[in-house]
Amino acid sequence: MIAWQDLLVMVLKIALIFGGLINVGALMTLAERKFSAWMQYRIGPNRVGPWGLLQPLADGVKFIFKESLMPDGANKALFRFAPVIAALPAFMTIAVIPFSNDIVIAGKNYGKLAIADLDIGVLFLLAIGGLSVYGVILGGWASNSKFSLMGGLRASAQMISYELTLILTILAVIALSGTLNLAEISDGQATIGTWNIWSQPLGFMLFVIAMFAETNRHPFDFAECEAELVAGFHTEYSAMKFALFFLGEYSAMTVISCLATVLFLGGPSVPFWVDAPWYVGFGAFIAKTSMFLFLFIWVRWTLPRFRFDQLMGLGWKVMLPLALFNLFVTGVFVSLGWNLWAKLGSLI
Amino acid sequence: MLADYVPILLLVGVALGFALLNNALSELFGRKRKNIGKADAYECGMEPRGSARIRLSIHFYLIAVLFILFDVEAVFLFLWAVSAEALRAQDMAMLVLYEIGVFVFVLVLALAYVWRKGGLEWDR
Repeated sequence: MIAWQDLLVMVLKIALIFGGLINVGALMTLAERKFSAWMQYRIGPNRVGPWGLLQPLADGVKFIFKESLMPDGANKALFRFAPVIAALPAFMTIAVIPFSNDIVIAGKNYGKLAIADLDIGVLFLLAIGGLSVYGVILGGWASNSKFSLMGGLRASAQMISYELTLILTILAVIALSGTLNLAEISDGQATIGTWNIWSQPLGFMLFVIAMFAETNRHPFDFAECEAELVAGFHTEYSAMKFALFFLGEYSAMTVISCLATVLFLGGPSVPFWVDAPWYVGFGAFIAKTSMFLFLFIWVRWTLPRFRFDQLMGLGWKVMLPLALFNLFVTGVFVSLGWNLWAKLGSLI
Repeated sequence: MLADYVPILLLVGVALGFALLNNALSELFGRKRKNIGKADAYECGMEPRGSARIRLSIHFYLIAVLFILFDVEAVFLFLWAVSAEALRAQDMAMLVLYEIGVFVFVLVLALAYVWRKGGLEWDR
């Protein structure tokens, strides 16, 4: 049995993290528009609330009162539930991310700020995260529209191709840390010198590229591809169903940014301050994750889109061999016990 | 062990409830004024022609098969990656590295074969 105090802590953590995820998703829609506006010398949303901060709320209310359309010949059940299937994996995978070190309030230890501390955290994240492709392809297929079908197909081919690179780069990190537990992986990088980005520079770069493709973001957003496919897999979606697809996409971006922070940037570790209190570590985690989220937006408004054959070529002919090479070199180093970076880690 | 998954179960409830509620909201509160034009699939303003349930390019199938091949490889590599550090303590790391190396090499050969056969080209 679980004591009611533990259950209360559990529920509080879920409320905090899940609520935070939804709010970050909503704020990201505003950030996307604001940053794009500034990059294009425009002002962006500035009417609703101070600096347009209440814009996501206004959008949400408007979404609720819009008409929910369904095209003739659509597969009704799949069409209705595809947005749920697309959003749910992103909501679920946040469960295993450890956001801070052990929370200590008034001398009592409440554990890390994470919904669940699973020993197979990485496997859980990859297994559940891999399901998000179903939402996209089912939504595209069920719409009975050619644009949707093409968007869904492309998205599925792209996501499974880049998932391999993603898994192989994560494997290199696992070989270094010797555990699948995300909390232990971030514990192993307590000082800035032990961050995995130093021992895995190639792996980090491959991970960042693959994470753009995994979340269907520019320059790999072939699932949507406004110029050719209207809006890709969600062409036929309107109102709150469309919003749910969007929320799922931004949540997936947030989760994968958190994952990059944990795997490569030491999670909640603060540079040059080893015994920082947990709330400072939490702040550092948020700062690192925000950096990745800003990178998503920055790249979107900077780079042009690839061509689909270039995308698949890059995935299979460049990224996959490089990721295998990276894993192989890491394996040799770990097996021989050459730890070049331990020295640096002990210095800083 | 199983107690670790209780918060996951709670989260499934919360997340599924949130998603289903939002999914239903606009069907409950949204305006409902159907007409024939709105029910058409979008095709740049023209009347939709033909069915959208069309045949797919064989390339997608090939990519899916390749993905399964390498994904299964990754599953085996997980076992090795987790225990590489522990194996070194038992002086077995190099032996296992050779074995996993042969395994990966065979799969890399398969990738090279597909590449050479043109299975990764999209413009043919």
